Amino acid sequence: MKTTGKVTGIVSNLVTVQVDGPVAENELCYITLGGVPLLAEVIKINGDKASVQVFESTRGLKNGDTVEFEGRMLEVTLGPGLLSSVYDGLQNNLTTMESVFLKRGEYTDPLDHDKMWEFTPIASEGDTVVAGDWLGEVKEGWLPHKIMVPFSFKGEFKVKKVVPAGSYNIDMIVATLTDEAGESRYVTMTQKWPVKVAVKAYREKPRPQKIMETGVRCIDTFNPIAEGGTGFIPGPFGCGKTVLQHAIAKQGEADVIVMAACGERANEVVEIFTEFPELIDPHTGRRLMERTTIICNTSNMPVAAREASVYTAMTICEYYRAMGLKCLLLADSTSRWAQALREMSNRMEELPGADAFPVDLSAIISNFYSRAGMVVLNNGQTGAVTFIGTVSPAGGNLKEPVTESTKKAARCFYGLEQNRADQKRYPAVNPIESYSKYLEYPEIVSWLDENVQHGWVDNVLKAKNTLRRGREAYEQINILGDDGVPIGYHVSFWKSELIDFAFLQQDAFDSVDALCPIERQKYMLDLTLELCDIEYQFEDFEKCRDFFKELINDLRQMNYTEFHSEAFEAYANKTRKLAREYGE
Amino acid sequence: MANKAYQRIYTKLDAITKATVSLKAKGVSNDELAVVGGRLAQVVKTKGDLVTLQVFSGTEGIPTDAEITFIGQPPTLKVSDQLSGRFFNAYGRPIDGGPEVEGEEREIGGPSVNPYKRRQPSELIPTGIAGIDLNNTIVSGQKIPFFADPDQPYNQVMADVALRADVDKIILGGMGLSNDDYLFFRNAFEEAGALDRIICFVNTTEDPPVERLLVPDMALTAAEYFAVDKNEKVLVLLTDMTLYADALSIVSNRMDQIPSKDSMPGSLYSDLAKIYEKAVQLPTDGSITIIAVTTLNDGDITHAIPDNTGYITEGQLFLRADSDSGKVIIDPFRSLSRLKQRVQNIKTREDHSQVMNAGVRLFADAQNAKTKLENGFDLSDYDHRCLEYAKEYATRLLSIDVNISITEMLDTAWELFGKYFSKAETGIKQSLIDKYWKGR
Repeated sequence: MKTTGKVTGIVSNLVTVQVDGPVAENELCYITLGGVPLLAEVIKINGDKASVQVFESTRGLKNGDTVEFEGRMLEVTLGPGLLSSVYDGLQNNLTTMESVFLKRGEYTDPLDHDKMWEFTPIASEGDTVVAGDWLGEVKEGWLPHKIMVPFSFKGEFKVKKVVPAGSYNIDMIVATLTDEAGESRYVTMTQKWPVKVAVKAYREKPRPQKIMETGVRCIDTFNPIAEGGTGFIPGPFGCGKTVLQHAIAKQGEADVIVMAACGERANEVVEIFTEFPELIDPHTGRRLMERTTIICNTSNMPVAAREASVYTAMTICEYYRAMGLKCLLLADSTSRWAQALREMSNRMEELPGADAFPVDLSAIISNFYSRAGMVVLNNGQTGAVTFIGTVSPAGGNLKEPVTESTKKAARCFYGLEQNRADQKRYPAVNPIESYSKYLEYPEIVSWLDENVQHGWVDNVLKAKNTLRRGREAYEQINILGDDGVPIGYHVSFWKSELIDFAFLQQDAFDSVDALCPIERQKYMLDLTLELCDIEYQFEDFEKCRDFFKELINDLRQMNYTEFHSEAFEAYANKTRKLAREYGE
Repeated sequence: MANKAYQRIYTKLDAITKATVSLKAKGVSNDELAVVGGRLAQVVKTKGDLVTLQVFSGTEGIPTDAEITFIGQPPTLKVSDQLSGRFFNAYGRPIDGGPEVEGEEREIGGPSVNPYKRRQPSELIPTGIAGIDLNNTIVSGQKIPFFADPDQPYNQVMADVALRADVDKIILGGMGLSNDDYLFFRNAFEEAGALDRIICFVNTTEDPPVERLLVPDMALTAAEYFAVDKNEKVLVLLTDMTLYADALSIVSNRMDQIPSKDSMPGSLYSDLAKIYEKAVQLPTDGSITIIAVTTLNDGDITHAIPDNTGYITEGQLFLRADSDSGKVIIDPFRSLSRLKQRVQNIKTREDHSQVMNAGVRLFADAQNAKTKLENGFDLSDYDHRCLEYAKEYATRLLSIDVNISITEMLDTAWELFGKYFSKAETGIKQSLIDKYWKGR
């Protein structure tokens, strides 16, 4: 029998419920408000009082209203049809809702139950299988969507029957398994999984082996993110977080992209689902939307569902990873999720940690980041979840709890800088402070040696060092004046500007420059370093400046021109010719 | 909000703070309104039988035996075409001496628009001010605040923008507006002959601060009526959102909530987002555009109010006095319109974005030259040219008293580039240089 209860207290979306039976932490319940069921989640239990966070507005709720507990945690429905969907944080399908305004208590089905899928069996009768093993597949767009032994099945099973190839909907039984006790278990194309529990249906989780290309030079070359890696982008507002994230979403080398718009602007989500159906995936030539799932809990949607939205997104990624696919999860912004936690902690009158955030914030964040990673599946194939989150530090100050906690958990740091944004040097990723731990991984270094260029990481470090020396020279010039320093300081400074303008800066709105494949990045870095390696002689600093400005201008024109086109080669030759005039 | 035939009257308050009262009552619903000693209040918390009410006009003089009746519904506004041309207080009652508005009664602060039912904003709103149109183009359905110190003429600029914008309705939500400013808006609208498309909800400094909390929701409920039901283009002006946030902090403080940064409530982000996210472009051509004002303390944008605002809104327009030109300008570095790419080079000339970027980059070089000058270093020829350029750029383009078309703005910028710089120094794409370069 279900546990029931009655509302005894309300503060905003925190409701206290007097219960008449057992309840579990994180258990779901429905509160009935004038015939409308409001979904809520238990977040604290004290005696027979349960504190629940309601995923909807509690306007009009009264003490004494009835509550019914569900005996399950918040789950997502997994199955073919997830891709190209637009969901809210609780996986309600936003595209099938009728009215302009979101109606309280309106819950829609995440998947289409009528659609028929062409099923092809993989497993055969008599096979021994465990959770996550592939039984068959359907084509979802162009992706092979594996139908797996549900993650919740514990122990070993024998395949009793797999249906023959043909058309089936997601509710039809496609396989029958026998468990160790000889009982039959039935498998359809859909399964459910609690969002807050990591899917562990894989053999092992090795260290990342290769980089994930994004087409963004300051990431791929300077601080690459590994396939199955983690990274985060903190930055004050107006520094281009969203533009950078959308660029990664459009160009990222992944089979599946899940974008969690967590407490952010609705218009940004609109941009994604308006543009992505039109845009082409540069890696497969298919429409971007076909590989994308959007989870959106925009900033005006119920706060409690923000937390759910990032977990829902992660679980969907883990599901596709178990099919041997490469997934990229982008969450914008994890700070909003942390703020949602803070609001609840505050209403529950818990003792606060730094900046009034809950004390376990750091643990929650690192636990979430740990769900990313590359895995080797039971059948030896690999899959990956790469996770990039954005952080919106209050006042742009990186010494705040969310940034600090995330720094401990993520392996790549792309710090956006107000100063660079003010100068319109986009992407405003600070080239010196930002880092990628993956450049220190021997596996990644040797992968880059083989797949990009031998000694690639050394070249990258050399470029970084040129930037650092340039900054030092710039500070000296600022203190001592243009005439107060040797010409060499000006040359150092301008060499760093050359790398900055010609390589790091990238126009996300230019049709050519926006996407720079690694092959082209290699060419540009080699050329830039070749120009920087030259020892230049100038009569005075003004000559030096004019020379570099011209060089920079030519290199920038190259970035706007088709790779290896006639105009491109002409600019390249021009830069080399120009360099010979002043260099040895 | 008429009284019901049968209503239980409570007469015992258990606790009173400056902004809230608590009493034992039964059958009370969350967010519903009540009348406490003749003043309007709203339920903000229930714990067992104990109900806490936020009294909008403050609790001064309320005795523990005050009469309390519950109205049974949250705050509402009657919406109809009769709203046009009218002035209301924070409760939606007329303050212009006219009759009460007849119409459908709607709860204020209602649900959000399904993101999937939105359309991508793509319609340019020209203002004639180059600091906006050229560098930070505004689009219908956008939400954008002015960031300004209290001594900047933000209300004047906002009135200019509103009256030049091609919209069907202008709805002003005034919070903590000084009486002078209130009269300024009234006069400006009247002189422009725009009264029939104006609706005002005003809380002045003479009114109690907590009342302000109702103003944005009132204004936006009216806006949603015209945008959703009537498919009109609505521009909502909210001034000053800093005073709104101050009122939030008063209430949360009285309710013993733990403050986060700058003694603001931990929910500030969500509270502000609920307002700003009402900005929307609907598929039916109706739209709500929000232009707000957030006053700053000495230009400090790291304070919790502007900081949270910046993360919510689609950019900001930063007003400051420019000492070189002696004008109030829209700061090209700190200002941003996130939706400008939606219209630049699409609804405007193809050179727009490149001209904008070059103009700002050269202005930045002038700032560096200025720093050098202040530190006593010799300036190069380029530095001198930058400084000259900056002065003219500020006067002819950035200043808020500019009123020209976008094409004129672009032509002016090309004229300045040609006058002070070589082609390479502008860093503009060659194809555009070939087509638009003026001068040498």
